[in-house]
Amino acid sequence: METERTENTRMMTENFSLFYGSFKALNNITIKIPANRITAFIGPSGCGKSTLLRSFNRMNDLIPGVITTGAVFLDGGDVAREDVVQLRKKVGMVFQRPNPFPKSIFDNVAYGPRLHGTKNRSDLAVLVEKSLKRAALWEEVRDDLHKSGMSLSGGQQQRLCIARAIAIEPEVILMDEPASALDPVATLKIEELMNELKKNYTIAIVTHNMQQAGRVSDYTAFMLTDEKRAGNLIEIGPTKQIFTTPSDSRTEDYISGRFG
Amino acid sequence: MKTILMISALASVLIVLLIFLFTTKEAMPAFREIGVWKMLSDTTWRPGNNQFGILAMIAGSGLVTLGAVVIGVPLALGTAVFLSEIAPGWIAGIVRPSIELLAGIPSVVYGLFGMVVLVPLVRTIPAPGNAGYGLLSASIVLAVMVLPTIANISEFAIRSVPGGYKEGSLALGATKWETISRVIIPAAKPGIVGAVVLGLGRALGETIAMIMVIGNSVILPAAVTNNPLSIFLSRARTLTGNIAVEISYATGIHESALFATGVVLFILIMIVNSSARFLMKMGANS
Repeated sequence: METERTENTRMMTENFSLFYGSFKALNNITIKIPANRITAFIGPSGCGKSTLLRSFNRMNDLIPGVITTGAVFLDGGDVAREDVVQLRKKVGMVFQRPNPFPKSIFDNVAYGPRLHGTKNRSDLAVLVEKSLKRAALWEEVRDDLHKSGMSLSGGQQQRLCIARAIAIEPEVILMDEPASALDPVATLKIEELMNELKKNYTIAIVTHNMQQAGRVSDYTAFMLTDEKRAGNLIEIGPTKQIFTTPSDSRTEDYISGRFG
Repeated sequence: MKTILMISALASVLIVLLIFLFTTKEAMPAFREIGVWKMLSDTTWRPGNNQFGILAMIAGSGLVTLGAVVIGVPLALGTAVFLSEIAPGWIAGIVRPSIELLAGIPSVVYGLFGMVVLVPLVRTIPAPGNAGYGLLSASIVLAVMVLPTIANISEFAIRSVPGGYKEGSLALGATKWETISRVIIPAAKPGIVGAVVLGLGRALGETIAMIMVIGNSVILPAAVTNNPLSIFLSRARTLTGNIAVEISYATGIHESALFATGVVLFILIMIVNSSARFLMKMGANS
């Protein structure tokens, strides 16, 4: 717990609840996401971890009928008050299924920078190269930048999506089960990449795979539904501690595979 | 059972072949006596004089279709984007049935509407010889007629774009409009191109509404003022109109020349449709 207190907080929620119409999906969640660390969200299906993740960049805004109470903060500012375009520039997202656009590899990575005003071709080329290098994809695609992003393998597509996300230099990268559609080798590459990325970015990842959470994350948050099926945060702590000496017996039951 | 199904499926192939063969057979005398190239390149159609050039009609059909595309495609695309991405459910619930209704209106009624509303309106444009009947009125009527086809298929194409593209774009800080214009429409492009070309096919084939508003003069359309766009104020005749207007009294080589007009139309539409298929395939592969 010592280490936890010294961390800078990049994002946090405060008494945050989310409703789909009258159904409460997240119940009163208060959590801190430390800067330049990887925080993993684990818990059984339907516990609200993806919903919580999507609250950080307000992707839930797209769903009609979503109401929230409490607040989500980025660097101390309430995200609900921020312009959503600016917010998503600072909080990038990588999805469960690799979703490159049906455009060239170059245009996929350049998509964000172009949106936000970088028009000059050589500036874009520099940015694309830098982003692909950071996403550990450059060596594999450097001669094929004009090829469609869809022509890559699943693992490469996901790294392309990561490159696309970091091309706009976000502060936070949200990853929603980024490796669940990938084979073990591609998964390992993504995990190595995450370790590399946390030097520059704050990462929050939702994962079904507990070994993955154990391998990559610095902090682990365990979530569980209550009797009304609303998602609750049970506890968050340094990953090592959560996996060895959790303070809640439900966490221990889940980690040791007694349910979920 | 399998045989019955196969026969039904083959029936349409057979019918297309039969129509083509029969029409071509009837057109043969004209092709032989007048000559295919002479028919296609000559602008003079004077059956009493044994002159059977259909170039003016090819130009008429081509120009009115072009006009319909220029007016109709933006309208149809706007409708499709609005219905698939923007309209709240209840508005879509009003607009969509209206478009279906539009598709169900008989073309002769479109012609009537064109005659009483569009023609007088176009007539107010000051230009020498402008009586309102002509390519502009016909293009507008045709644009409305192809709108349901293009809008429906484009809407379907846009709806078929994987939701992941949209999420991916929005998550990068794109606005809704940027997402529509930079990701969704490009991704739906093969389907949209297909929709437009299908609309083209339909436009080329339209007959009665064209006869009612286009003026039907067999002249090569030409600009009536210094403005090249004034070509659309010119009267014209379409390939379809040529057949429909004259077939009831034509005999001999005149009748055969009308069948030849039909063959040309048939081939034009085949070219349009296969290029649609080609373009859609190209789009899907890239």
